[in-house]
Amino acid sequence: MIRRFLIAAAALLLVALNIRAQVSNDDLLHASSQPRDWLTYSGSYMSQRYSLLHQIDPANVKNLELKWVFQAQSLQKFEATPLVVHGVMYVTQAPNDVVALDAATGRAFWFYHYAVSPAAKPCCGAVNRGLAMLGHTLYMATNDSHLVALDSRNGQPIWNVEVAKAADGYAMTVAPLIIKDKVITGVAGGELGIRGFVAAYDVETGKEDWRFYTTAGPGDPGSGTWTSDAWAHGGAPIWTTGSYDPDLNLTYWGTGNPGPDYDPGARPGDNLYSASVVALDADTGKMKWYFQFSPNDAHDYDATQVPVLANTNWKGSPRKLMLWANRNGYFYVLDRTDGKFLSGTPFVRITWATGLDPQTGRPQLAHLEPGVPVFPGPEGATNWYSPSFSPHTGLFYIPAWSDFSAIFNRFPVPYKQGQHYTGGAITPAIPNGQMPVLSKLGPINTYTDAAGHGAVIAMDPTDGQKKWEFDMYDVTMSGILTTASDLLFVGGREGYFQSLDAKTGALLWKASLGGEIADGPMTYEVNGKQYVSVASGNSLFVFGLRDP
Amino acid sequence: MKPATGLTQAFRRLVKSPTTWSFGGRAIGCAGFALLVFCGFARGQNPAPGPEDSTPNYGGYAKADIAYGAQLYTAQCSGCHGVNGDAQPGINFRAGQFKRVASDNDLRMVITNGISGTAMPAWHFNNAELTSVVAYLRNMSKFNASNVVPGDAAHGKALYDSVGQCATCHRINGAGPFTGPDLTNVGAARSPDFLERTLLDADGAMLPNNRSIRAVTKANQTITGRRLNEDTYTVQLIDSNNRLVSLNKSDLREYTVLKASGMPSYKDKLSSKDVSDLVAYLLSLKGGQ
Repeated sequence: MIRRFLIAAAALLLVALNIRAQVSNDDLLHASSQPRDWLTYSGSYMSQRYSLLHQIDPANVKNLELKWVFQAQSLQKFEATPLVVHGVMYVTQAPNDVVALDAATGRAFWFYHYAVSPAAKPCCGAVNRGLAMLGHTLYMATNDSHLVALDSRNGQPIWNVEVAKAADGYAMTVAPLIIKDKVITGVAGGELGIRGFVAAYDVETGKEDWRFYTTAGPGDPGSGTWTSDAWAHGGAPIWTTGSYDPDLNLTYWGTGNPGPDYDPGARPGDNLYSASVVALDADTGKMKWYFQFSPNDAHDYDATQVPVLANTNWKGSPRKLMLWANRNGYFYVLDRTDGKFLSGTPFVRITWATGLDPQTGRPQLAHLEPGVPVFPGPEGATNWYSPSFSPHTGLFYIPAWSDFSAIFNRFPVPYKQGQHYTGGAITPAIPNGQMPVLSKLGPINTYTDAAGHGAVIAMDPTDGQKKWEFDMYDVTMSGILTTASDLLFVGGREGYFQSLDAKTGALLWKASLGGEIADGPMTYEVNGKQYVSVASGNSLFVFGLRDP
Repeated sequence: MKPATGLTQAFRRLVKSPTTWSFGGRAIGCAGFALLVFCGFARGQNPAPGPEDSTPNYGGYAKADIAYGAQLYTAQCSGCHGVNGDAQPGINFRAGQFKRVASDNDLRMVITNGISGTAMPAWHFNNAELTSVVAYLRNMSKFNASNVVPGDAAHGKALYDSVGQCATCHRINGAGPFTGPDLTNVGAARSPDFLERTLLDADGAMLPNNRSIRAVTKANQTITGRRLNEDTYTVQLIDSNNRLVSLNKSDLREYTVLKASGMPSYKDKLSSKDVSDLVAYLLSLKGGQ
């Protein structure tokens, strides 16, 4: 009798848990300490992509097995990181469909299709990087620059607002970020002459609360860094999710390249706030500070990396840090209270600059002859693929392109609304040769030993030294996940999903999934079992330990 | 501290020597295959002249490409655009005056797609032809097309089969060994300049995707062959006995990617006319039987 009562009580509790399947602001603030769920794109406001889960560890990781697969009906790259809330996984199918799955079995609860306007012009693939969630509402930024709110229980739309005009070259691929009662997003289109911005919308109504333009217009601080009206189509897009420090009430966003990409002569000046990180007041959108990585950028070195926040010792005393491996090839440590430059060290071969000013971090430009390959090439030393910081090892892990270069050819291009506005073109460094580009071009690769290859680079932020490097033959667009058991998970273009020892870089386990891995692995727990998910090709694969 | 792929890194050190890459402003033709994305992209508008472009300066475009482009232009384009490139109003190729294009990429797009509503049709040029026509259009004022003596493809074929001994390694239309690259489609994929450079200096012109490998297994078996595909953990090849072989790098004791081409230089074996004839023959190989 008692036994039956206990079973009934447990069942009731389960039902209650399911009903409670929602996300509160408090949950978001404490996401790092509630590792069973994965509540934001980067796992927490600190964006460390580090999980306290440790059931899977270096000793048993060899026992990982495939638990289930979600096969997306989309031929676009699968770049989304899923959210998991109380055993339910919410993930986008590119470009803008949403599916809710049982996170333990992969079976679907509901499916939502969003018809993207044919006017949408995402520059580099009709992709999406994921969702944000608050309460029972999911938020998605669409390729045609709408922000959509969905009921997480049935996938029905609640509201839908136009953030910008798709026909003018504005697209959205970013996973939004919830802060308090606002959902924050930004616009892509740095190759199409847009004017970038970050904007916050009321979670209940979709009404715009604030907007911060990432190119300084007339009257804005920094407007002198543009000549004439170059700011009006100066790019500086937003397409990777930002971070948030609740103590400082600052939200941090990385901005993309100024436009036209390869023709800095068309926009003399530093072009603020392109290729920068901006720290914005989360309530008002007012900028508190900025740090520009690549002034008057000439190489498409977007600063669209995830701002990774760490509270750790710096020169012997605790400090609020921001760790940033930039597309331009330098690894930066900033103070996130005021944006002060603390250190910057190259993590791959760099020829565009000879170094950084030790006080300001401003790059000292190298003299570049036309027609000579520049390191790193246009895809950069890294890009939007999420890095990871493990407070346990104290190391920062960078998904990198190493020894990668290309020839930048520039020519003037007039601005035409909604048209490509790159001011140049790229040719491979090897005459007649191949070079790795935005996505996998086929199953054959016999050239990245000469043209540039992928790597996981483990940096010690305290001294800017490389601790270890795990080299791949092909390049990689995979994000990195680390866990409290000192495991590191990473994929790559070759389709291998690998687990490394986070302390040494030693390979512990791998699975060949066949398709390019271009999302960030994440982990969660359901019914006491830890799972790890990664997308490869057009499918999402979920692994767990073999049942005893 | 090196991870488990230290072996890979050792291989990489073996094969990597960026100093041998031929940098500089010389014209870059375009490989076919997956590189189509880049094929169309313009080379520099004012690339620095390479050493061999000294007199006259063709702006980084290769003379062999320009000459081939001149033949194509004369045969296909001059009917409407005129031998001097000024027969259409508002367009003067010699003077660099165009209506719609700025970059080489634009030129390639217009030639490939045509211009709807005008008399400009879409041309089915392959990559080698496009590269060459663009090279000629950019150099009409400097290059005397009337001096071009087209190579003799029939004589080139005879050279291929005789003194060239090309069929010892190369395969065309299903005949010949697998040792060197299959040339069935080489006339569509490679520009005349690239073919000429390969004949004169195969090591210098060889692309990474034509490298061969030498592997020694832990059981002391030596395997050599043409590399077909590689990743972090494995390599696929066709071996010297024409067998498809797939190797796990962790099973190997030694692994070397050979940067030297097995192909001889014809610099001292063939006259410049012979080279031109052989190139003409290779350019005629466009994939069909």
